[in-house]
Amino acid sequence: MTSLSIDAFSVGYGAHEVLSGITMPLIEDGTVLGILGPNGVGKSTMLRALAGLQTFRGSVHLDGERVDEMPQLRRAGKIGYLPQALPQGTTLIAYEAVISACRAVRPDIPRDHVEKAAEHVFDQLGIRHLAFQALGKLSGGQRQMVGLAQVLVREPKVLLLDEPTSALDLRWQLNVIGVISEIVSARGGICLMALHDINLAMRHCNQLMVLRGDRVLAHGTPSEAITHETLAEAYGILGRIETCSEGRPFLVTDNVCS
Amino acid sequence: MNEAVIPGNTRPAAPRLADQYRAIFMRRLFWLALLAMAVVVSLVLNIATGPSGMGVGDVLTGLVAPDSLPQSLRVILWDVRLPFAVLAVVVGACLGLAGAEMQTVLNNPLASPSTLGVMHAATVGASIAIVLDLSATGMAENYLVPIFAFIGAMASIFVIQSLSRMFGATVDTVILFGIATLFALEAAISLIQFVANTDSLQQIVFWTMGSVSRATWEKVAIVSAVFFLCLPMSFRHMWQMTALRGGEDQARSFGVTVDRLRTFVLLRVSLLTAIAISFTGIISFVGLVGPHISRLAFGEDHRFYLPGAALAGAFILSGASLVAKSIVPGILIPDGIVTALIGIPLFLVLIVTQKRRG
Repeated sequence: MTSLSIDAFSVGYGAHEVLSGITMPLIEDGTVLGILGPNGVGKSTMLRALAGLQTFRGSVHLDGERVDEMPQLRRAGKIGYLPQALPQGTTLIAYEAVISACRAVRPDIPRDHVEKAAEHVFDQLGIRHLAFQALGKLSGGQRQMVGLAQVLVREPKVLLLDEPTSALDLRWQLNVIGVISEIVSARGGICLMALHDINLAMRHCNQLMVLRGDRVLAHGTPSEAITHETLAEAYGILGRIETCSEGRPFLVTDNVCS
Repeated sequence: MNEAVIPGNTRPAAPRLADQYRAIFMRRLFWLALLAMAVVVSLVLNIATGPSGMGVGDVLTGLVAPDSLPQSLRVILWDVRLPFAVLAVVVGACLGLAGAEMQTVLNNPLASPSTLGVMHAATVGASIAIVLDLSATGMAENYLVPIFAFIGAMASIFVIQSLSRMFGATVDTVILFGIATLFALEAAISLIQFVANTDSLQQIVFWTMGSVSRATWEKVAIVSAVFFLCLPMSFRHMWQMTALRGGEDQARSFGVTVDRLRTFVLLRVSLLTAIAISFTGIISFVGLVGPHISRLAFGEDHRFYLPGAALAGAFILSGASLVAKSIVPGILIPDGIVTALIGIPLFLVLIVTQKRRG
């Protein structure tokens, strides 16, 4: 069972602190945590730091072990990270990109195993048709799917996804979020993802965290975290949470706060 | 969009991706073998070309059974033409491999061994040896200029690596320090040329033109040894470099220690470049165009891209060396000039082709 604890977590650039002293209740196995907040609030910075790409202060424990003290290889085996932007100008084909994700630091893994894992993840995401296309010729959304395949093929316990649906159309947004939820519920593990679409977050995440300023404004289940007040304070908008005919909450925005 | 994910889709099972990829793999292997054969053909033609008549048949006979050739032809073949032609191949392979690795770790298709000022630093070293006329010290004159060129090239890399380590070995810092070093070295070369006497100036200018004509078997052995020492190390990093092409942050999250990889690769690139050009003088464009050809033919899976760039580099310099001998019979135009003259239009054609392909 995977667990992640974040305590007095601060991160920034030089003297400028983006997030300061964040402490979260224990994040337990099976959690899909959506990180929400306005542009530039520190969602991506937080994910980068948790992935070990940026130094932070405070303590983050994964299964009781300090993340910042783990050797890079060990951390990489447990944490998968999907950045917001993926490179455009490469002739590397998608299948090779996914294989290289496995082989980069573990060239000893048997070829059969890697090929099966790659096959499975291309099917899981429904992107077989992209397997032999150069990354540089794919659209932003397609590149994002291949990036996600690179993360999933390594079967990490913790998924850190930075706006995984930002370049996807509606069908593929649902497809991707559905696959991620399925993986976390079936295989266990934890997923933290930065999102902008509040409705998508409310529907598919079992916990939400709203960032504002350098701190956590709200945290809890979707109905606890997304309220009229948090929308006004975090985004400066007047919004209502309504319930659709199927009983699911959805956000209706009325105006910007005056 | 793919319909395989829609529930109830009853299409027959698609062929395995691994099997489909195998076809691509075999096709690339075939092209790699073809390129290797092209290098061998250019090598044989290069050996067979020269003022004293020696046909391809004589060359092949002389290579297999040296004693079957008359003494004069045997000496020309084994002591003049062969080291000359083989040096062109190994120097080209060194520069092609160095350029390919550099373009990957600096994430810049315009990077080549000259980007970091390695070539200029070698020129400074060579110029110092020429101007100071150190042959009186008792060192073999044949090796003074190469040794100084090598020291110059390695010193420039040491400076860039030290500065980059101090300020973080990101792509931007390495390239910025490289360019800054390059300008400083250009000024140093001008200064040396300014104080040099006429003879020295002529020698410096000739050295900067680059030529494999000063080849000996010792030089071939040294360059080959370095190449075959570096090649397994390059292959050891091939998956990490392939992963790097998919994005630096992604590669880091896979566990690739990108800064360390960059440091190792740049050291290897410097060694390959320094050793190659210290014996030949400046040879431009091979380190830039070789990787481009390889990328077009093999993509960026480094299992193919690296050997492809080395073979393309070898083919370009071997071909250039052949052309250099053939333009004006009896006159050997420096290879550095020919590679630049062939390299520029070839480079433009490649860029236009890439643009058209989108």
